[in-house]
Amino acid sequence: MSLDKFLRLGDVVDIGSHTFTPEAIKAFARKYDPQPFHVDEEAAKKSVLGGLCASGWHTAAAWMRCNIATPLGVAWDGEGPAPEFGPSPGFSNLKWLKPVYAGETVRYTRTWLDHRALANREGWRLLSMHAEGFDSTGDKVIEFDSAVLVKVG
Amino acid sequence: MTAKKWVYEDFVEGATFPLGTKLVTAAEIIEFASEFDAQPMHLDEAAGKASILGGLSASGWHTCAMFMRLICDGLLLDSTSQGSPGIEYAKWKKPVLAGDTLTGKTTVVSARISKSRPGIGFVAIRSELANQHGEQVFELLNTGMFLTREAAQ
Repeated sequence: MSLDKFLRLGDVVDIGSHTFTPEAIKAFARKYDPQPFHVDEEAAKKSVLGGLCASGWHTAAAWMRCNIATPLGVAWDGEGPAPEFGPSPGFSNLKWLKPVYAGETVRYTRTWLDHRALANREGWRLLSMHAEGFDSTGDKVIEFDSAVLVKVG
Repeated sequence: MTAKKWVYEDFVEGATFPLGTKLVTAAEIIEFASEFDAQPMHLDEAAGKASILGGLSASGWHTCAMFMRLICDGLLLDSTSQGSPGIEYAKWKKPVLAGDTLTGKTTVVSARISKSRPGIGFVAIRSELANQHGEQVFELLNTGMFLTREAAQ
């Protein structure tokens, strides 16, 4: 089995959904993003966003929750140990395309795109990916590009 | 006059804003990871030590959230911020470990008035978090929208 086959490279994988309750939106925002439209329904109604909505970082973190809960590849039946995932160097092109209002459910996807050898870390490859999230009307609310280290062989 | 301290006009190229400091505790690393990024190196000291990260380390998304709190308290909540459409890039440059103290700083990269909405300006800012050893652990570039002094009145 190749790494490409293990990862289902290029396939858009549904990694599940996350519902943003008003309580969870406010709890996250009180800790990490206490702007009025994330912590206070009344202030949110008067804001440009028009209602209580999740911090963009909450929407992003919920992608990670779904990502972790979903197997990173299919069952490994290749030679040697199964690929091991390591840390990520970061992300880029993160777009919050539409507010995620209280009560909304976002469905997330993950697409492994490509991988390349790392010159300074033998055995590790850098695996690039694209992430997206869609609300209940099918509108895209978030997307970003990222990468993760993966150890093979 | 707006009651807010910072308006679009204050964000001139090269201006810097200190964002304060944040002590990262083991308890909050584990709390965030339990909800959003339940991987062993974010949940358990021994697993963290055995990992490539070298200790109980914060989820990268937790670092983003902690950064957001610092920039809320240090800048955004006392500004005419109208939110941000996204993040150009974020780099997780070094592990953020339990017991670290992070210090934040933001620098204005560029600023321009919206062509379609003259009362709003787009401000590109580069932010960074450094640990107690002076090592840069996190870097982020994004564009925020801020009302002009006149529009905020």
